[in-house]
Amino acid sequence: MRIERREEVSVTALILAPFGAVLGALVLCAGLIAMAGVSPWVAYGEMLRGAFGSRLAVTETLTRASPLILTGLAAAVAFRARLWNIGGEGQFYMGALAAAALGHSVVVGLPLPAAWAVIALGAMAAGAVLLLIPALLRLRFGVDEVVTTLLLNFVALLFVGLMVEGVLKDPMAFGWPQSVPVAAGLRLPDLVPRSRLHVGLVLAVIVAGIIWLVQARTVFGAQTRAAGLNPGAAAFAGVPITATLAKVAILSGGLAGLAGAIEVLGPVGYVTTTLSPGFGYAGIVVAMLAALHPAGVVAASVFVATIFVGADAMSRATGVPSFIADVIMAVALLAMLVALLFATYRVRT
Amino acid sequence: MTVALDILMTASLWEAVLRIATPLIFGVLGALICERAGVLNLGIEGIMTLGAMVGWLTVYWGGDLWLGMAVAVLVGMMMGWLHAMLTVPLGLSQHVSGLGITLLASALAYYLYRLWVEVGDLPPTIVPFQPLAVPGLSSIPFLGEAVFTQMPPTYVALILVVLVAWFLNRTPAGLALRMTGENPHAVEAQGLNPHRIRIWAVMVGSGLMALGGAFLTTAAFNSFFPTMVQGRGWICIALVVFASWRPGKALIGALLFALFDAFQLRLQTVVEGVPYQLFLMAPYVLSIVALVLVARRARVPEALMQPYRRGER
Repeated sequence: MRIERREEVSVTALILAPFGAVLGALVLCAGLIAMAGVSPWVAYGEMLRGAFGSRLAVTETLTRASPLILTGLAAAVAFRARLWNIGGEGQFYMGALAAAALGHSVVVGLPLPAAWAVIALGAMAAGAVLLLIPALLRLRFGVDEVVTTLLLNFVALLFVGLMVEGVLKDPMAFGWPQSVPVAAGLRLPDLVPRSRLHVGLVLAVIVAGIIWLVQARTVFGAQTRAAGLNPGAAAFAGVPITATLAKVAILSGGLAGLAGAIEVLGPVGYVTTTLSPGFGYAGIVVAMLAALHPAGVVAASVFVATIFVGADAMSRATGVPSFIADVIMAVALLAMLVALLFATYRVRT
Repeated sequence: MTVALDILMTASLWEAVLRIATPLIFGVLGALICERAGVLNLGIEGIMTLGAMVGWLTVYWGGDLWLGMAVAVLVGMMMGWLHAMLTVPLGLSQHVSGLGITLLASALAYYLYRLWVEVGDLPPTIVPFQPLAVPGLSSIPFLGEAVFTQMPPTYVALILVVLVAWFLNRTPAGLALRMTGENPHAVEAQGLNPHRIRIWAVMVGSGLMALGGAFLTTAAFNSFFPTMVQGRGWICIALVVFASWRPGKALIGALLFALFDAFQLRLQTVVEGVPYQLFLMAPYVLSIVALVLVARRARVPEALMQPYRRGER
């Protein structure tokens, strides 16, 4: 048996791959649900109802999807250039901290759009710095960025703890370790009244559109692709590899930082060490399910948000542990890898 | 300064060093075996978590402590088999597959724990391994208390370092494994099957990783709780690089790391006014610094992360 690359990769196969992967994951996880003594049909039905069954459910799912779109884009732009940014979680927290610090006092008094712009830039810079460290360590010393970005996630989370128990601690929070809140006037307006859904969703979708344009239509987009596919050939063709990868790192870390900012300015209002239910790590799954395409990232974010919001509701209704959402996500990721392989390669016997 | 010296002169510090190093030794040996055969196994963090859970659960359900260790190894090997299938015959990205295995194994651990174990206010406990004094040797002053009154798995870990070093450097099978990580085409030319060697290496390595996880719940602590592995898997991946892919150096790396960890734990209780988070950050920062220091001199296995496809260069 041998595996060889297909001469022509059909677009249909590429688009069908994530659906096949998700279906495979749901089938495999049905066994785990059955082990809990619950019919998979009932459980999946409850999940759908929990994610889309009411106006509130739909807004909760989309609220959950908003930061995921940005962390998904963060992973997608980095992976396209073969920069393995696994540090989205830490970059998210750095962005969130920057947003809380700036939004509490620094930008209060500025006219609204300007205040938001300062917060967004500050959060993106905070996220970008956390990724620039491992990116430069790789470019300068050849240190594998997978391990360093992973380790920096732990450092970042401890740093958040340090801040919310220290200089950024909210004195009005009855001793709870949470940061000072952002000024009420700076919170993002709701998209739907009486819900937590905010304009951050619109922002995230617009950003996805911009990334799409940048990747498809600009020299920088072509350079990142070339640097990812074959750095040696790209360098020979005159692509400045180091500069390109540094720019990709700033963009990727910035996107994850922006995700933290909209979570703070949107539904939450302050930072704690449990602000993120794994947005950074889920962003990696989102990016892979999307085959690194920005439009796919939006769709995959809604899917992953559906699984998580739906699983919480399903767990309350049936008693199946809500960790099933994490299992489904992990199996979908692995299944997507296999599906993509068979879309681009064929098996010869 | 005298505070630091006082801490270093206590036998209990060195006893703690070996205890903290044990899961790292298992993990770093496991990662090292995988990587010497040419496969990066980022599933380590999840495999350690799952090993911690199933090892503990076996004992919680009435099994022997050693049976718990054996079950952990078996489950770890199953996860390793999955990673090997995806990355060796299918040749998928070792980075992404490994991360997928970590997500899957830790999610499975949490899901099954929640499903099978009734958790009240506090997680349920088991009776863990007790320190075993080596007859004779344990009565040596200082050294006896520091080295020879450890939990039994710690002795196993130390013996394994020697065994793995001997296997890799002194046996034909070890040579074949190392050759698979350097030049799989040469292995094929010798009439050996590089795929089979890689699959076995990843399975055995993953079994050792799970053993490291199981040590946490059956010896270092007595219960299982989520996120208890705390990045130890990633630290092991860094230690392999630090050790230049050599078992002996890996042991030294794990011990140095554990010494630093045990030392900062004790320093925390003495030094006042420094936030505890800074102490907790230190091990992760130290790992990164260690990676930078050795990065230039690291002797990476030539074919690490290169999928092998027959007849393709």
